[in-house]
Order: sequence, then C-alpha cells, then structure tokens
Amino acid sequence: MTVRDMRGQAALAGHYAVLAVLAAACLFPIYVMLLTSFKVQTQIFSMPPVWFFLPTLSNYDAVVNEARFGRYLANSLAVGLAATLLTLLVGAMTAYALSRFRFMGRGVLSIGTLLLRTVPPAVLTVPVFVIWSDWGLVNELAGVILVYVALNLPFAIWVLYAFIEQVPAELEEAAAIDGCGPFRVFFTIVLPLIRPGLAAAAIFTFRIAWNELILALVLTNRFTRTLPVAASLYITDVGVEWGKMMAIGVLIALPPLVLTFVAAKQILTGLTAGAVKG
Amino acid sequence: MRVAPVLNRAVPYLYIAPAAVVLAAAAVYPLALSAELAFYEWGLGTPWSSARWLGFEAYTRMAEDDAVWTSVGVTLAFCAIIVAAEMLIGTALALLLEKPVRGMAVFRTIFVLPFMIAPIVVGLVWRYLFDAQYGLINYFVSLAGIAPQAWLADPQLAFLALVITDIWQWTPFVFIMVVAGLQGLDSAVMEAARIDGANAWQTTVSVKLPMLAPVLLVTLLMRLIDGFRGLETMFVMTFGGPGLSTEVLSLHIYKVAFIAQKLGYASALSNLLLLIVMALALALLAVANPMKRNDGA
Repeated sequence: MTVRDMRGQAALAGHYAVLAVLAAACLFPIYVMLLTSFKVQTQIFSMPPVWFFLPTLSNYDAVVNEARFGRYLANSLAVGLAATLLTLLVGAMTAYALSRFRFMGRGVLSIGTLLLRTVPPAVLTVPVFVIWSDWGLVNELAGVILVYVALNLPFAIWVLYAFIEQVPAELEEAAAIDGCGPFRVFFTIVLPLIRPGLAAAAIFTFRIAWNELILALVLTNRFTRTLPVAASLYITDVGVEWGKMMAIGVLIALPPLVLTFVAAKQILTGLTAGAVKG
Repeated sequence: MRVAPVLNRAVPYLYIAPAAVVLAAAAVYPLALSAELAFYEWGLGTPWSSARWLGFEAYTRMAEDDAVWTSVGVTLAFCAIIVAAEMLIGTALALLLEKPVRGMAVFRTIFVLPFMIAPIVVGLVWRYLFDAQYGLINYFVSLAGIAPQAWLADPQLAFLALVITDIWQWTPFVFIMVVAGLQGLDSAVMEAARIDGANAWQTTVSVKLPMLAPVLLVTLLMRLIDGFRGLETMFVMTFGGPGLSTEVLSLHIYKVAFIAQKLGYASALSNLLLLIVMALALALLAVANPMKRNDGA
C-alpha cells in the first residue's frame, strides 16, 4: 500500500467518523425519549441515569387508557389523512393550471400562494377562530382540516409544479388528439406520471397536519382535540410525569419516523424540488 | 407548445377554483379580517356588538408596550442566532462531507429524522434533557466538573436551551439542502479550477460557494421564515418564560388573544408579525421564484 492510498484510507475513516458523530447527535435525544418511555418513575429519577433495565409498558398503558386517547388518535388520523388527500388533489389541479395554461390571474395566483407559504400559523389563530365561530366550524374536525389544507397548499403547489413541468406536453397533446377530454388527460396521464411528486407533497402535508399545535389548540374542544393538543395540555395537567410524557411523545413521533424510513428518498426529492432544481 | 387550442378558455379556472376557494376562505379572508379587527377593542367570548372602535390606537399602544418590544427583540435575536448558526454549521459540514461515500443514504435518512418529528415532541424531549433535577444535560455537565444549572429557569440559559434545541432540529435540514446543491454543481468547473492550480480552500471559497449561492439563499430564507413561524418548542419548554426571555412574537400573540383574551390587540400584533414575515417573503420572491417562466430551459 502506498502512502497515498494510506492517506486516502485515513481520510475515509475520518469521513465516516464525522458522519457517525453527527448521526449519534441526531439520534441521541430520540433514543433518550424511547428509553425513558420504558422506565418506571424511580429509574427516571435515579442519578446517574440508568441505561440498562427491564423495560416496562406501564407508561404506554397509562397513556393509552387515558380518557379519550383513542378518540384523539382517531381525530389526528382523520385530520392528517383528510388534509393530505385534499391538499394533493387541489394542489395538483392548481399546479397543472399554472404549468399548462396562460390565463388572467396566473401571476397573482403564483405570487399569492408563495406569499401565503410564509404566513405564521399564529397570525391565523384569531381571525380563523372568529370566522369559524361564525360559520359553525369551531370545534369541528372539518374546520381544522380546512385551515390545514390552506396552510399546506402553497408548498404542495410549489413541489407539484416542479414535477408537472417535467412531464412532456406532447403526451397530453397526443391524448387530446385521441379524444381525451382535459380532465381525463389530467387524471389518467398527468397524475400517474407525477407520482414521486405526489408522494413527496403527501409526506410534507401529513407531517404538518399531524404535528401542528397552535391552530388545533384554538380550534378544537375536548372531543375534537388532536394528539399534539392533548399532549400539550397533559404537561400542565400532570406536572412532570416524564415517563408518560415520553410515551406520548413516542406515539406522536412514530408515524413521521416510520414515514422517514420508508420514504427517505421522496422526502429528499420534496425538499430539493423547487429549491435546488428550480 | 401547449395543449390550449383544443381546450375551452374556462378550463384553467375550473382547475384553480378549489384552491382559490380554500385559500380565500382560510387565508385571504382571515388576513383581511385581522387587518380590520386591529381597529377594535374586542374581548374573547363577548359579542361583536360590544366591540369598541379604536382606530389606530392599538398600534400606538403597541409602540409603547414594553412587552411587545421585548417580544420583537427576542424573536429577532432568536431567528438571527439560529439561522446564522444553522447555516454556518450545516454548510461547513456539507462542504466537509460532500464526497459521496457508501452508506450515505442511511446517514441522510438519520439526518432527516429531527425535522420530521413534531416540534411539540422535540420540545418535550429537550425539556426533559434540560430538566434541572433529572435532565441528562446536567448529568453530562456534572461529569465535566461543572455545577448543575437550572437551565429553563434562568433567562439567558433558557434562551440558550431553545437555541440549542432548534439547532439540533434544523441544522440537518441545511446540511441536506447544501449537499444536494453541491451534487448539482458541474464538476468540470471544479476540475478546471484544480488544473489552474487552485487548492481545496480556494476552490471552495471562490468556485463552490458562489455557484451554491442560489441554494444557500433559498435555504436561508426558508429557515428565516420558519424561524418566525415557530412557537411550539417555546410553548412546551418555557411558555415564554422566565419573564419574557423566550416569548417570541407568535407565542405572545397566542397569549394576548387566548389568555388575556384581547382579540383586537392580538390582531394588531398579528399584523406586525405578518408585515415582518412578508418583507422576508418578498425577498425570497425577488431572488428565487420557483414558478417563474423559463421557457426552453
């Protein structure tokens, strides 16, 4: 082995060492949450910390049997899935129109959606609460879903636009010549071709809808609460029951974490579409 | 070439109609209402008929409100610090680790994890880590011979704790964006710089970074905008305290509206925050509108 090779080997080892340290830093808090969720109170309170112990499910048992936990989980799932599906459908239609047609208002729509991407949710809390009260949407899941669709549309349109731009218009023209109507072209030709974009947009929409706190806190009651709201109220309710808090944290974090592992590629695509490519 | 000739003129409007309705109902109308509500004094839970017209008084009151100035200061300081730190660390690591190695996909997946988790969960975990009695950070600090700190009970330390939490959650995002940007660069240019005798440092500073500028700018603005949007970690870790030391404007708006129950004043504060963020958004549009037409590109 030459000196040069050895230097290359050392550089590679260093490269992996840095990566490993960074990965450990990313994983450590998540690992601590998981570990603590399986501890009993005395283990949590022991200093120095206990790293090896007989895991208990008692925290999960307590959280899951908490009044209405099942209901909050169902609310979160309903809100997450409905908001995601609606955002995808509405977003893809809009992105298609922006990409394929020149029409009056196109400029306003494209700039307007981008500006809306920046609106902080806290800014919407008061007026949406007032309007939803008026329309009977307060304390209804539909009200939360509607505001989440609006919140996610700008990003979804942005991502889907980048994908639709890459679909060759010739395909649609050929289909149109064969007698396909404009909506059939969209649903049977365009949508299947932008599946990676739809997957990426879906993940990001679901992530926001599943994770969001402040709007859901304002717009729901004790029946329509989502899990993050339930967890945030839990803190003040029970003080510092860390085991239960970490267990509910794990339960809320689980779907996004699983999504990350099964769809890391789509997440990267979604992140970089528009920003890196555009 | 467009499919337009065979299509009716109304078709694009049918496509955008659902989005237009949703955005009008849940974004544009609320923002307009917020502008109007700021002119009134109106308590939460009281009928609209009891609201009192104030005109611009809310804004003049705001200008004299120490809590508002403190909150604006906290928000600006927090955003400036986290964005600067995350951009510096993330970009430096990306430049250091840009060479594709085997197993990078696994590492990248791990780096995605922190920003996929709900901010409220991140807040819970870090609140536990920073706990004065049972937190691991005090444990590690004590191993280094430093006395344990009441992290979340001290104004400066609480602010620092939130900065650390945000850096943990979002630096990986910057890293991933910059690595993606680096991989999109034309390697022939770097090769040319090397042949011209540029060393690694010179190549990085005068070739790579300028070529990366658009990606860096978009990443920077995305972080800045999201920095102003965030309030969940503060909500969970400190609820703005101790005092007002971690009360970002978003959290202050929530408290004024739903704890102090002043809907009108909260609207005025909302409009202030919106103004700040919109200025940033316009900057984003000026440098990188992803939906601008570049026909033939």
